[in-house]
Amino acid sequence: MNEELKTFTISVYTENNIGLLNRISAIFQRRHINIESLTTSQSEIENVNRFVIVVNISETQAKKIVGQIEKQVEVIKAYYHTDNETIFTESCMFKIKSELLFEEPQIQNIIKESNTRIVTVNKAFFVLEKTGRRHEIEALRRDLNAFGIMQFVRSGRIAVTKDEMRITELLKAEKNKQ
Amino acid sequence: MKETQTIEKTKTETTKTERITGCEAIIRCLIAEGVDILYGYPGGAIMPVYDELFKYQDQIHHVLTRHEQGAAHAAQGYARISGKVGVAMATSGPGATNLITGIADAQIDSTPMVCITGQVFSHLLGSDAFQETDIVGISTPVTKWNHQITKAEDIPEVIAKAFYIAKSGRPGPVLIDITKDAQLQEFDFKYEKCSSVRSYKPVPKTNIESVRAAAHLINNAKKPLIVWGQGVILGEAENELKAVIEKAGIPSAWTILGASAIPTSHPLNVGMVGMHGNYAPNKLTNECDVLIAIGMRFDDRVTGNLATYAKQAKIIHFDIDPAEIDKNVKTDVAVLGNSKESLALLLNELNENKHEAWHQEFKDLYKIEFDKVIKADLLPEKEGLTMGEVLKEINTQSKGDAAIVSDVGQHQMIACRYAEFNKTKSNITSGGLGTMGFALPAAIGAKMAAPEREVVAIIGDGGYQMNIQELGTIFQQKVPVKIVVLNNEFLGMVRQWQQLFFDKRYASTEMTNPDFVTIAKGYHIEAKRVTKREELASAVEEMIASKSSYFLEVCVEKEDNVFPMIPTGASVSDVRLS
Ligand SMILES: Cc1ncc(C[n+]2csc(CCOP(=O)(O)OP(=O)(O)O)c2C)c(N)n1
Repeated sequence: MNEELKTFTISVYTENNIGLLNRISAIFQRRHINIESLTTSQSEIENVNRFVIVVNISETQAKKIVGQIEKQVEVIKAYYHTDNETIFTESCMFKIKSELLFEEPQIQNIIKESNTRIVTVNKAFFVLEKTGRRHEIEALRRDLNAFGIMQFVRSGRIAVTKDEMRITELLKAEKNKQ
Repeated sequence: MKETQTIEKTKTETTKTERITGCEAIIRCLIAEGVDILYGYPGGAIMPVYDELFKYQDQIHHVLTRHEQGAAHAAQGYARISGKVGVAMATSGPGATNLITGIADAQIDSTPMVCITGQVFSHLLGSDAFQETDIVGISTPVTKWNHQITKAEDIPEVIAKAFYIAKSGRPGPVLIDITKDAQLQEFDFKYEKCSSVRSYKPVPKTNIESVRAAAHLINNAKKPLIVWGQGVILGEAENELKAVIEKAGIPSAWTILGASAIPTSHPLNVGMVGMHGNYAPNKLTNECDVLIAIGMRFDDRVTGNLATYAKQAKIIHFDIDPAEIDKNVKTDVAVLGNSKESLALLLNELNENKHEAWHQEFKDLYKIEFDKVIKADLLPEKEGLTMGEVLKEINTQSKGDAAIVSDVGQHQMIACRYAEFNKTKSNITSGGLGTMGFALPAAIGAKMAAPEREVVAIIGDGGYQMNIQELGTIFQQKVPVKIVVLNNEFLGMVRQWQQLFFDKRYASTEMTNPDFVTIAKGYHIEAKRVTKREELASAVEEMIASKSSYFLEVCVEKEDNVFPMIPTGASVSDVRLS
């Protein structure tokens, strides 16, 4: 009964519809499942959106959730995957006072060693951007925190699967039936 | 504007385009979908549509209910008895929110329904305009699909899609919200029915291997038990189910929404499962070796405690909705697809069989239930009237041909336990949501959809007063429904729980009721009150014989309880007889 909780990446291919975000997030809310992150964007197919949702649940729950999501009329297909089955990253940005860049030489080392990109620098502040795994971003945040961060923001996970998705084939098959 | 009145009105799909307004298009779409009756209530944001309803009143009959909740339940009753899509209409804001209970009810009971709501002008959306509510947001969790239209040109396609989605696959309610400006705009109208939506697969393919695996288990079973649900009725698979049951000789039980798919008198029909179901099928659920669930969803009121539900049995689950498989009960064989097709395939694979000894076990337990419960319900020796004997009298007078529309509570359980059904689609009740107030308006919809049928509403004194205003609709529309109120002067089902589980602390369940007969007469409905056993038969006879609407109040024993009962959280095999 007490199944192990794991991180699952749920990928949902959908028609482009305003109400769908509400419909999908309600499925999690009703079951008291906390969404760790949710990203939506255009997918590889024109006019088809892709949701990438990260949750910490049991596999049984993941299966049921995907069933409920697929049941929605405008959902083309939904999948769940473990971390091993996906390639994923997050990205983050830091806004930091410019004077620190010169007063604290340590910062320059941190930037170099962590492969962090400087997006812009002006008199008042500079902006850093980094893409990577959560632990890398967290480490960077810890390091920079020592000097003071004006703003920090991290994106949700984006992920592609190692498996093929075959959405195009699916849509084609549907079209041929008509 | 003038042109619109010269346009030829047509029932078929239009191929050429015509320039008409959005609101006229709405009506034309409904007519093209075969809608003959709809239920609703007007108001500011939907007035242009009502104006068109006025013009088209020779082709489509709008029924003014007395409350939008009544309109939604009437549409449900219409859908449940006919299998067609029920339609309800309301204005924005309070009109739309009043539909919600009926929509939620249709969602959980898989009833095909299309609700059309008016909405404020699109430029006012989000401005807290007069009677603006986010009905699309509110209805999202309780609709199969919903959509807001802000441009007239989208009306035909969206309405076509709404009907297709409501009816296909596992049916459900769809809400379409249409802004007032979209109703008023003119556009080039053309209607085409919808027959597919690319992201939506209403009926999963039936895998013949899974059918064979199911047949293999059934053919080798010593003690098979079928439990069927509404999926059989929605899939119109009654004949296929009957053939399967008879060929394989399997005792078969039903969920509350599956009632009437197979006649009550069928020798292999062993009764209802669930909280107040029959003793034998509940008890023997935990003794069968193969449990065959057909178009049912293992609701908690059916299964009791899942940890002790049919653990000894192999489970076969036939369903159209893949999300139901393994949702509550882990299956050994899942057969996806439409029940009509999958049962026909199953039939071919089944061996003829008779499970006489196993069937005898049901008969033996029935005998126990008869002696301990049924006898006292149907043939009472005490002075007070029982709900059961009223049902028995209705069975006798209607010869089992009536459609029974029950509300929610003790009378509902009694109605479902004791009503005799000869025909399918005859048990119309709010199963999944348990909505008090459902029966009176649902009976209106049922009677209007099937005027040839006898429709008898069975309602408690509590639930009756939740939508009692619909007597006005019955009067105005002259709907010849028969209304039976079983008056125990209590919210009986809640009182029963208070007696059994709360040491008889009757908190707010006693009802001081008005004179129901006078109220019915106020609406010019023939009405009678029965307080003694001697009066019952003739009153029911008079009611059934009446060609118009009829109200019958039966004053029953105040503190009777419904048994058998599986207390919440108990196992199906711990079903209590007292
Ligand atoms: C709208 C709604 N409110 C509350 C309930 C909870 N409830 C279930 S049965 C019941 C009592 C019903 O009483 P009555 O209509 O008199 O029928 P009886 O049980 O006496 O036959 C109540 C309050 C409900 N099912 N629906």
